[in-house]
Amino acid sequence: MPYAALQAEREGVKNNMNRIDRSNKVRTGFHQAKWDEPVIFELSQAGERGVLVPKADPAVQECAGDVLAGLPPALVRETPPALPEISQPCVLRHYARLSQQTLGADVNMEIGQGTCTVKYSPKVNDQLARLPGMAEMHPLQDESTAQGILQIFHETDLYMREISGMDRFSFQPGGGSQAILAMASIAYAYFSARGEADQRDEIITTIYSHPSDAAAPHVKGYKIIYLHPDKDGYPDYEAFKTAVSSRTAGFFVANPEDTGVYNKRVLEFTKLVHEHGGLAGYDQANVNGLLGVTRAKEAGFDMCFFNLHKSFSTPHGCGGPAVGAVGVLKPLERFIPGPLVDFDGDKYCFNHDFADKEFGVGKVRAFYGAAPVVLKTYAWIRSMGPDGLYQVAKTAVLNNNYMFKKLMELDVVDAPYIPGKQRVEQVRYTLEKLFEQTGVSTADVQRRMMDFGMHYWQSHHPYYIPEPMTLEPTETPSKDDIDEYVATLKYIFDEAKSDPERVKSAPHSSVCHQLDESGMDDPEKWAITWRTYLKKYK
Amino acid sequence: MKKLGLIINPIAGMGGSVGLKGTDGVLAEAVRRGAVPHAADKTLRALMVLSPLQGELTVLCAGGEMGGDALESAGLCHQAVYRPAGPACSAADTHAAARAIAAAGADIIAFAGGDGTARDICAAVGEGLPVLGIPAGVKIHSPVYAKSPEKAGELLRLFLSGQTSLTMEAEVLDIDESDYRLGIISTRLYGYLTIPHERRFMQGGKAPSPLSEKSQQLAIAASLAEDMADDSCHIVGPGSTTRSLMDYLQTENTLLGVDLLWQKKAVATDVSEREILACIDKKPAKLIVTPTGGQGYLLGRGNQQVSPRVIKMLGKQNIIVAATPSKLAGLYGRPLLVDTGDKDADALLRGYVRVSTGYREAVMYPVE
Repeated sequence: MPYAALQAEREGVKNNMNRIDRSNKVRTGFHQAKWDEPVIFELSQAGERGVLVPKADPAVQECAGDVLAGLPPALVRETPPALPEISQPCVLRHYARLSQQTLGADVNMEIGQGTCTVKYSPKVNDQLARLPGMAEMHPLQDESTAQGILQIFHETDLYMREISGMDRFSFQPGGGSQAILAMASIAYAYFSARGEADQRDEIITTIYSHPSDAAAPHVKGYKIIYLHPDKDGYPDYEAFKTAVSSRTAGFFVANPEDTGVYNKRVLEFTKLVHEHGGLAGYDQANVNGLLGVTRAKEAGFDMCFFNLHKSFSTPHGCGGPAVGAVGVLKPLERFIPGPLVDFDGDKYCFNHDFADKEFGVGKVRAFYGAAPVVLKTYAWIRSMGPDGLYQVAKTAVLNNNYMFKKLMELDVVDAPYIPGKQRVEQVRYTLEKLFEQTGVSTADVQRRMMDFGMHYWQSHHPYYIPEPMTLEPTETPSKDDIDEYVATLKYIFDEAKSDPERVKSAPHSSVCHQLDESGMDDPEKWAITWRTYLKKYK
Repeated sequence: MKKLGLIINPIAGMGGSVGLKGTDGVLAEAVRRGAVPHAADKTLRALMVLSPLQGELTVLCAGGEMGGDALESAGLCHQAVYRPAGPACSAADTHAAARAIAAAGADIIAFAGGDGTARDICAAVGEGLPVLGIPAGVKIHSPVYAKSPEKAGELLRLFLSGQTSLTMEAEVLDIDESDYRLGIISTRLYGYLTIPHERRFMQGGKAPSPLSEKSQQLAIAASLAEDMADDSCHIVGPGSTTRSLMDYLQTENTLLGVDLLWQKKAVATDVSEREILACIDKKPAKLIVTPTGGQGYLLGRGNQQVSPRVIKMLGKQNIIVAATPSKLAGLYGRPLLVDTGDKDADALLRGYVRVSTGYREAVMYPVE
């Protein structure tokens, strides 16, 4: 072929070479790893081993003797535990496969985890927590050898005081619900010291506060009184007036509530509870929309807590390390969980003496609080600075209200309460109109979202808002991310109208198809352990 | 093979379509005004949703207009186990058909009608067999009806395919139609029916709760029992929530009547206003009541024995209100209602009331 012709053909071919089309906002090509990976017990083969531990030298054996002989007979097992017996490559394959089947924070956009404040946690903070000097510490080592982490505890306490207006923080509670339990315990200790504990046996909360604001005081033995919203959508102040009395120990509340509605009359509530001698506890697990904007103290609260694994950017560790940092005003300081960390001008040390010997709450768990979590929080706050924290709140609120406006333009989406007004950092939407029009429920849409590598959360129980969908973008996503998320929802809503069965039978490109939920209401069918499964299912 | 029972009240809804409040006793007038039956159409709308179960389902029905004709025209396989005696169907036909279908071993009975039909079904099968109402009547006050025929079909599909197996008791309420036409509403509680429990599909039910209705009622019962003082008489109003308290205390009770408790034991059941007044006269007393589902009437509906006089003698502080969270959520934010027929007694109850909703849990709820 003559050169010119060859050249022309090449150019022709070149002209036919198109770039991959990325104009579609919706990731219709997404497909997640999908197979029915067995439970690890099912992979077990009798006698298979991952590690063959060599026998100890005869001299060592002789020296050690029968190591089990020292145990009380009642503690010695008659049969070895029924652990899976499995080789190393099988273990690796099993867990690598499971990891491919998750929709974790590093894989998908966590816009939909309303109330959970799943923001991007910079990896550098994780690396700090993994530094050998940190990772190899032991909580029982002498405090003279732990000055660095004690300083970080102390300074993080100072930052938390500034952010909240409280006078002292304890990092002991291992999560939000335990922090609420700590607040209930502090209230109980406070009233015990005043001789009023028997008389004050009620805690008031609202239906759109986190359910743990009721559940944790309930565990402490308190009776719970809930407030519904008034006609305008704010916690009902008139109902509150009839609820609060000399029996009130406390008013425990989230603000904004799960609906993203901010109770602007909150100061009147805290004032009234004080007039009746009660305490006000602020659930600030999620303070993301309020950082640098408002403080618990100025809203009239006596105590509050922050979930460091939410607003302060330490990762939600699959139920792993977390801290619900609980802060109080001076009069309550002697009751909070300890020990606390002090600086005497020369060195950092544990303070065990601050606590009321008779009524103090004492420890709510072992040691001092999850140190790596406090370190990550400290690093994040230092990297943001005070202006940065304020910027976090502004961006989180802007992101939320941008998405709110875009979603409310869709005919099947609504959001009960305060029509026409802004929300703070999240919104609980209702897809009731979609359900009425198409029979497609929020659970169907939720499952279909997984086909696009996304997720959202419906609501706490009970569902006061029908067909709920709770979204909280945080400050993390870009405008493009939010646009993609909304476009994906719209794609599914349109699909619900044109092909409802496609949505109802979702997911199609995710880990597994629909689970059979028929046994959910029947305890006879529950198998919450492997042993129960083997017993009940033949 | 699952067995679905089907009963259509062919005249249900006819009065309403021509401006009559109900069809009971005024069918001729409704027909004269041009009303046409549509209960069969609504039933078919529900049955369409069941088409995926064809081949796995036997439909046991009443013959003719009460079901057979509609199934025939839709080409659905069915077996008539009851035939109405004459062309004009009556309450007695609904009653007899329900008994025949139950005897033939139906897993659930779907019935198209209104409150009157629900009463007939209730009289025939009681709480023994799960049932579900397809809304076709003029009056739908009883929360035994699905929100729409399609929702009824969907719920029947879930139940028959085993995807939901939970059931709950729901009230059968009806108003007196002749009074209603004169503008007087007097609702009565006629009993309870057992319905599948999937709240999104039911009239007045919107709050899925992780607890079943029964567990919620048990939690309330435990709480009320704990707070009961031994030196007070407790007047326990009708309803399944209050009955669960009596069951929890393992004492005799009536579902639709008012019972008296002394030291956690029933001392009288199904008492009259006079007996209640006599009790309050002698001892300190507290009243325990639960609102009706759907409408949320606290007093003045189905518990007329608790008269205005009783309420005034007791005072608001001695009235204990209990309701499951699902029932409250089913009010869609509407207040609880009182209509005792006495302005002073109603005024006494207005404002906020503490409603016991679980074990040591309560809600401040408005009453109007």
